Amino acid sequence: MKFSAASLFANALSGHKKWPEQFPDKEPKKEYDAIIVGGGGHGLGAAYYLAKRYGITNVAVLEKGWIGGGNTGRNTTIIRSNYLFDESAALYDHAVDLWDGLGQELNYNLMFSKRGVLMLAHNVHDVQSFQRHVHANRLNGVDNKWLSPEECKKFLPILDISQDRRYPVMGGALQMRAGTARHDSVAWGYARAASKLGVDIIQNCKVIGIRRGADGAVEGVETEKGYIASKKIGVSAAGNTSVVMEMAGLQFPLESYPLQALVSEPVKPVMPCVVMSNAVHAYVSQSDKGELVIGAGTDQYTSYSQRGALHILEHTLMSISEIFPIFKRQRMLRSWGGIVDVTPDRSPILGKTPVKGLYVNCGWGTGGFKATPGAANMLAYTIAHDEPHKINAPFNLDRFVGGRLIDEAAAAAVAH
Amino acid sequence: MFQIYCPYCGEKRDEIEFAHAGEAHYVRPNAKEQAAMSDEEWSRYMFIRDNVRGDTAERWWHQHGCNMFFNAIRNTVTDKIVMTYKMGEPRPSEAKIEAARKAQS
Repeated sequence: MKFSAASLFANALSGHKKWPEQFPDKEPKKEYDAIIVGGGGHGLGAAYYLAKRYGITNVAVLEKGWIGGGNTGRNTTIIRSNYLFDESAALYDHAVDLWDGLGQELNYNLMFSKRGVLMLAHNVHDVQSFQRHVHANRLNGVDNKWLSPEECKKFLPILDISQDRRYPVMGGALQMRAGTARHDSVAWGYARAASKLGVDIIQNCKVIGIRRGADGAVEGVETEKGYIASKKIGVSAAGNTSVVMEMAGLQFPLESYPLQALVSEPVKPVMPCVVMSNAVHAYVSQSDKGELVIGAGTDQYTSYSQRGALHILEHTLMSISEIFPIFKRQRMLRSWGGIVDVTPDRSPILGKTPVKGLYVNCGWGTGGFKATPGAANMLAYTIAHDEPHKINAPFNLDRFVGGRLIDEAAAAAVAH
Repeated sequence: MFQIYCPYCGEKRDEIEFAHAGEAHYVRPNAKEQAAMSDEEWSRYMFIRDNVRGDTAERWWHQHGCNMFFNAIRNTVTDKIVMTYKMGEPRPSEAKIEAARKAQS
């Protein structure tokens, strides 16, 4: 059924008890034209675009847990594309382009809100670096503008711009096309739209092996629900990518770290945008329910535990209180952790692998949510054409041999 | 937060005294070896990591303590440190790791 004001009204009359199932939980068939490993936003999106744009509808999405239970449901829901390098700007801005109108396309309320991301500068280096970003972004057609401290204050009234503070606000970079979206809806919306186009979404189906033929090409996957054949396999497994890739005999330049986030008790609207302060290390926005949504840093060690240490959260809250003393007495409701796969240059790996028929979308590190539609479309394109699109071509695996890194880590000033 | 036993101090201390220093038993090739390495081999040394799901051997640096580096066996699923050992000692055998795990529980 199509979601609309009329369907909402009709279902309200029956006490919201007759809403149909949004997507069926399928059992695997023997063979598919393409298999996506990982049922997060990226994987479900890839299946959707395969069916919608590239005409491959006989597709399965294999998820070891439940839909959207991994990093898709564990991030801080922030969308932006103000990256420094040309390659990154093209990739992340492609995603922002797709975010526009995605709710209409999927017929699903993603609560996409272009409320803007304000990155605060606290020292001369920040100012120079952010202005460089603003200029680089302008040349790439990515919106981002420089605000004086007074303009920052006008945009975000709770900001203290007095210059005698330990970390004075010396200005800010504002991207107005950036914002937030409800992350669970993104997974559910893609899942519903994909399954309508014939994609099988199979939950609780962990991949335990990848079978390869005599010529080295993939033939299918061994799963908890038996063997499933497919000549094309796309891996979109975030923190567990190293584990899946090892099944195909590949080692990847990835390390998996815990990354935490937390939300506060809800309060009245005070935060009209997303605020980032890299110098103080704060990353905060306010949800439509009124909770502050706060992103913490990664732990220092590699892990698959989906848990992080308390002192990381403590440090994060100290930073938030430093910038916004108004929140000092705010109580936190929940915190959680996800496992992020980090590459040496902090840019993703998105494209083909040395194994024929095996494609990968990984290495998004701490910033994968914003790229969901773009990454999904690029993975789908690469699987369908057996060639990367020009947008994702630079994000190949070979760059770690050839040396053409896309070093957003060294571009600093951008929290990852 | 972990508590980590530093084999040099002979004491269990809070994690914030330590810095994680990456995969253990990673040998940097000397200048002569580097000159003979192909791009693929150099990439493997530079960027490829085991990123083990399970027992991993890793380096820790007692940065705010004795300032020494040492190695640890930690399970990356439970985050439990099974044992630590001094720099230069080989990676303990599976039997040794299991014995240490038993002694712990």
